Amino acid sequence: MRFETAATINPIDQLKVVGKPADRIDGPLKTTGTARYAYEHHEGVSNPAYGYVIGSAIAKGRIAGMDLAAAKSAPGVRAIVTADNAGKLGKGDRNTAKLLGGPDIEHYHQAIALVVADTFEQARAAAELVRVDYVRTDGAFDLAAVKDIAKPRAVFGGPADTAVGDFADAFAAAPVQLDANYTTPDQAHAMMEPHASIAAWNGDKLTLWTSNQMIAWGVGEVAKTLDIPKENVRLISPFIGGGFGSKLFVRSDALLAALGARATGRPVKVALPRPFVFNNTTHRPATIQRIRIGAARDGKISAIGHEEWSGNLPGGRPEGAVAQTRLLYAGANRMTATRLAELNLPEGNAMRAPGEASGMMALEIAVDEMAERLGMDPIEFRIINDTQVDPEKPERPFSQRRLTECLRTGAERFGWNKRNPQPGRVRDGRWLVGIGVAAAFRNNLLTKSAARVRLDNNGVVTVETDMTDIGTGSYTIIAQTAAEMMGVPMEKVVVRLGDSTFPVSSGSGGQWGGNNSTAGVYAACVKLREAVAQKLGFNSAEAEFADGEVRSGNRRVPLAQAAGDSGLGAEDGIEYGDVDKKYQQSTFGAHFVEVGVDVATAEMRVRRMLAVCAAGRILNPKTARSQVIGAMTMGVGAALMEELVVDERAGFFVNHDLAGYEVPVHADIPHQDMIFLDETDPMSSPMKAKGVAELGICGVAAAVANAVYNATGVRVRDYPITLDKLLEEMPDVG
Amino acid sequence: MKSPSDFELSRRKLLAGSAASIALTAAPSIVNAQVPAVEAAVADVSAVWKVSFTVNGAARGLTLDPRTTLLDALREHLHLTGTKKGCDHGQCGACTVIVGGRRINSCMTLAVMHEGERITTVEGLGTPENMHPMQAAFVKHDGYQCGYCTPGQICSAVAVLDEIKAGIPSHVSADLNAPPQLSNAELRERMSGNICRCGAYSNIAEAISEVAGRPA
Repeated sequence: MRFETAATINPIDQLKVVGKPADRIDGPLKTTGTARYAYEHHEGVSNPAYGYVIGSAIAKGRIAGMDLAAAKSAPGVRAIVTADNAGKLGKGDRNTAKLLGGPDIEHYHQAIALVVADTFEQARAAAELVRVDYVRTDGAFDLAAVKDIAKPRAVFGGPADTAVGDFADAFAAAPVQLDANYTTPDQAHAMMEPHASIAAWNGDKLTLWTSNQMIAWGVGEVAKTLDIPKENVRLISPFIGGGFGSKLFVRSDALLAALGARATGRPVKVALPRPFVFNNTTHRPATIQRIRIGAARDGKISAIGHEEWSGNLPGGRPEGAVAQTRLLYAGANRMTATRLAELNLPEGNAMRAPGEASGMMALEIAVDEMAERLGMDPIEFRIINDTQVDPEKPERPFSQRRLTECLRTGAERFGWNKRNPQPGRVRDGRWLVGIGVAAAFRNNLLTKSAARVRLDNNGVVTVETDMTDIGTGSYTIIAQTAAEMMGVPMEKVVVRLGDSTFPVSSGSGGQWGGNNSTAGVYAACVKLREAVAQKLGFNSAEAEFADGEVRSGNRRVPLAQAAGDSGLGAEDGIEYGDVDKKYQQSTFGAHFVEVGVDVATAEMRVRRMLAVCAAGRILNPKTARSQVIGAMTMGVGAALMEELVVDERAGFFVNHDLAGYEVPVHADIPHQDMIFLDETDPMSSPMKAKGVAELGICGVAAAVANAVYNATGVRVRDYPITLDKLLEEMPDVG
Repeated sequence: MKSPSDFELSRRKLLAGSAASIALTAAPSIVNAQVPAVEAAVADVSAVWKVSFTVNGAARGLTLDPRTTLLDALREHLHLTGTKKGCDHGQCGACTVIVGGRRINSCMTLAVMHEGERITTVEGLGTPENMHPMQAAFVKHDGYQCGYCTPGQICSAVAVLDEIKAGIPSHVSADLNAPPQLSNAELRERMSGNICRCGAYSNIAEAISEVAGRPA
């Protein structure tokens, strides 16, 4: 099905099932421990061996020699896979560094060997016996030190640099100016399930049970790396213990499991040990950002500029932190610049809202600072500079844009009028209390997605698509979509996901999964409705599907009967024309945060949080709300604690486990409120929905930072905001 | 079967071997100096121990490599994969099970240390068709997203309510001599060993509060 123009009325608009806060259909499995994750597929995997990965102990250089003798003769050991004996390996297009390194080493903890043994304990013990001699070479590990030799680099399909009007002159002439630098650190996804795979060969055919967000990408990358036909690779990933971008790509667990299984002739299980994940896999790269804003005294922005520096391995991409500044606020004179330096740290890549999450951390502090310089309320300053068109290309309107309504609704609900604009003035016992606001912004991405649906003689509708559910609620919203389209209750829908034998979907990433994958199911269901109508001799345009029946005029036939013993099936997908070229599609929101800062210790506690989001039709308010509050939680982490600390001498992330890399825990997060504005976006798809999962993180950290400033009067531009950065300047309040 | 004293000996050697390999990783240039200690480290890996315990009401006997954690015994040997491996280091809580009425991180304890004990995993609390009230409350309040930390959260939550009932204080209990309260602060403090990276905390707190019979 081609989607070329605005959606009109369709069966989804009935909203009998779609739009309802249904419990997750996979909930009973997840809460009873019966949902099977990658490492847990014991059925059909007989007598597996266990692989333990060895990582490079240097960041850059080469392996001079590996002594495998002791490990090979250790009890239970069946094979040791290294680059030396693995045969010729390719590299997936989406991997920056090789998944199996050697002799050349590209980063610390790059995998260099897999020890395969009968048991996990034997493999782990034998791995400790492998001796490696390295020749170390110098590398670059400090972003600030290489910033000035960074080069322009395009990212995410946009240009490296943009310029409209005359930024330099307009900024120089602006009566009120801000010119400030901000930094964001390297961050880790830290999803709860480490990367894990089971590989089994049957002749030249490989089956991988793996934890992966993008099944079709994964098949192509595995095939390319192993130099085998795509047809010989099957990926199965029905449940994924979190991804946040870290499982967009095939990683070393999958490749090494496949190689280990080939070497031993047995199925092989590989899970990355937690302390290995942080340096072996990907992370969100650190940024340095410079933001300049010039405005007239009435608050109208005349010049806005945003420059970004980040680093990555050779061939890697920049973080893309200037993306939102091209679209968020009006202003006639504008510039953005994206600079990338080579660093020899582990591979930087997508983490939840790549680009915007980091960019909004900086931009929304800058906006708060600018409002203060203007003596304006920060909400009013944002509203004055709202725009209904792409500020770089005014001929392109936004398909929907309700930023102002988000800000106003949130202000009312949160009690913004009680905020004292003078920082450091509100006291509650030992706490200085402040509230902060930030806009939320994330683009809505359209990408094709397919599904097949089958109706059986019990009236059960089965949906199959290689879409994944990484906690996003895909199972449930797909069931709601099929139920709405076919006129059956959700209990009559079976959803099967995450298998490369199913039609190729959008997959999960970039908050594109919800809208696109359900639109693909919509398309398949339209075709199934036609097949049902045709079989019954109904006019498919007039046939009504409701209450488990199909009706036309005064005829009504139960779906089970219509399907008959042979059943009926259909397969189709959604493909998009240029609606996203003609209209800018983005999602909007506003974040409100109240913090308390201890007057003596500068300990920070988040006391209240509210998000208001406008993100098209909300297919399931319960699961969508969870996405947003989860993203708000991750935003609190970004604001107050998350930082991969770089050892600039040896070139690795020091705090590479869940004790050293701190993420929010129960005690850090208060009750969270969130409101969805009632919205449909007919330009997004027949579902009229958009993404929400990444919108929820964009801006949160800045709202926390602005609240800390409001509480204390200390402006921190260097994330995370830890108490050591506040202590010296804390107000003397006695 | 080896005697416990043999095991003690080899365990010390193992630790020596582990220490050597840590040095190897941290300072590759001094690898050669560390080799001799490593050689002896694996002499005893064929040792197998028998252990019997009760899991979810059923008597289970296993013959295990003594290095097997309780977590891996459950997941790899009994195929009770509801208990999750998130970090294998006692840092995330995904492997929480209830042993003898108390919650523990099953990755931090060896299976052979639990001879004769009563172990309850998430599978022992309820089934998809017949969920424990805590499991049902997690579904109702959407107290999870990816589901990977969920079994640990649920085992912890069930045990937390029992701990409060038993009068066990926590870091945030204001008065160590008074019975701890079912307050929001108590629940959040006691649940803080169970990380949820999807960030379902607010919903988890509501689910636990409902089962505990108090407003969130």
